[in-house]
Amino acid sequence: MDFSRVFTEAMPLLLQGLSLTIVVSVVSIAIGMVLGLFICLMKMSKNVVLRAISGVYIWIIRGTPMLVQALIVFFGIPQLIQMAAPGFHMNALTAGIITLSLNAGAYLAEIYRGGIMAVPEGQSEAARSLGLSKSQTMVKVVLPQAFKFSVPSLVNQFIITIKDTSILTVIGMAEIVNKAQQYVGSTFVYFETYSVVALMYLAIISLLMLLSNFIEKRLKYEGKK
Amino acid sequence: MTKTNKNSEKVVVTDLHKYFDNNEVLTGIDATIYEGEVVCVIGPSGSGKSTFLRCLNKLEDLTSGKIVIDGFDITDKKTDINKVRENIGMVFQQFNLFPNMTVKKNIMMAPVELKKMTPLDADKKAMELLNRVGLAEKAAAYPGELSGGQQQRVAIARALAMNPDIMLFDEPTSALDPEMVGEVLDVMKELAAEGMTMVVVTHEMGFAREVADRVLFMADGIIMEQGAPEELFGNPQNERTKDFLGKVL
Repeated sequence: MDFSRVFTEAMPLLLQGLSLTIVVSVVSIAIGMVLGLFICLMKMSKNVVLRAISGVYIWIIRGTPMLVQALIVFFGIPQLIQMAAPGFHMNALTAGIITLSLNAGAYLAEIYRGGIMAVPEGQSEAARSLGLSKSQTMVKVVLPQAFKFSVPSLVNQFIITIKDTSILTVIGMAEIVNKAQQYVGSTFVYFETYSVVALMYLAIISLLMLLSNFIEKRLKYEGKK
Repeated sequence: MTKTNKNSEKVVVTDLHKYFDNNEVLTGIDATIYEGEVVCVIGPSGSGKSTFLRCLNKLEDLTSGKIVIDGFDITDKKTDINKVRENIGMVFQQFNLFPNMTVKKNIMMAPVELKKMTPLDADKKAMELLNRVGLAEKAAAYPGELSGGQQQRVAIARALAMNPDIMLFDEPTSALDPEMVGEVLDVMKELAAEGMTMVVVTHEMGFAREVADRVLFMADGIIMEQGAPEELFGNPQNERTKDFLGKVL
């Protein structure tokens, strides 16, 4: 066992990777949450075209592995664009964020939809009977309650997104696993290095779970003063 | 009971039909409700009472027929239904208070959101209404902390905050424990005494007898019989009315 060596030699590298993992996760989750909301509203709209677009999007994302999506975004799409614009280049970070955001967006859309459907019909009826329009009802009454119902599933999706950043090592994005691979490639200290990587994931995700418990408590209506 | 301007028509319903899929729930309703009038709608379950009431503010889309409220034809697609609804308060069987807002916020939300009042005025109005329904001390509570009867009184206050001139009640006491029915009916009686135009779908025959100016008896999707409460309860003409009243009284 040579943990001390990993801590001294590999730590700066791994911490660099960790910070990228966190940044990419946060950015992708933020984009995914907004994207997911639009996709969700499209899927619930009366317009057939909007419904079809969102349906196809969710179908493709859910029906294909993220690894393949990452390869298409990083290698495939630039090749297509290069036919029109030679010299086009997409870096791994951009491709990684696009892939993760698209992925999170599809799953989050379905999570939101579940939350919206869990809000009793009587809530919209009460809001509409007071004179609120459909969109006012959605924003003021339905979405805040739907969000509360969605919190456990949202947190679950955030966890998946954070862990999925590791897949992006295949396109060379310099996140934590990628950095670890660089280090073990020359030193062969597999067990220690990858154990530290695992512990780092465990640490961020534990923090996230603590945060979600806190949010869930805050969102309880009764007894909140 | 003093009523104002009995002759002005508030709600005019002409040949209202409503289908749910192939099931015809309302089979041709004609009714006129006058300003300041309290109309109670009674009848067996499945007779279409609630559907009729929900058509009046278009929570249900009607299949055919015409409904004119305060001169606005709400069956006309060009009518802004949201504007018309601002003047029609509705109280539901299940209260439907917004669980994520305090009692006061529940009442303030619509007037503020619809720019009817400034937040300050809405706050004042909310406290005034809460005083009126006897719940001023619950202003900061959440609906989940209140009893059913209290929730329903808040729901009435919420509907009144928009200063409606018609109030619809959809079985407002049916979901309440028996000991809480009285407190809600008392608020409704006060409202009636003040001259509010009210349409009340109810199983409370005592309330209908005491407060209504007119009682509509519905069965099979039509109004079978109607009249002043003393006539309808004292001397029903229709066999269905007699049968129903025999069972509930």
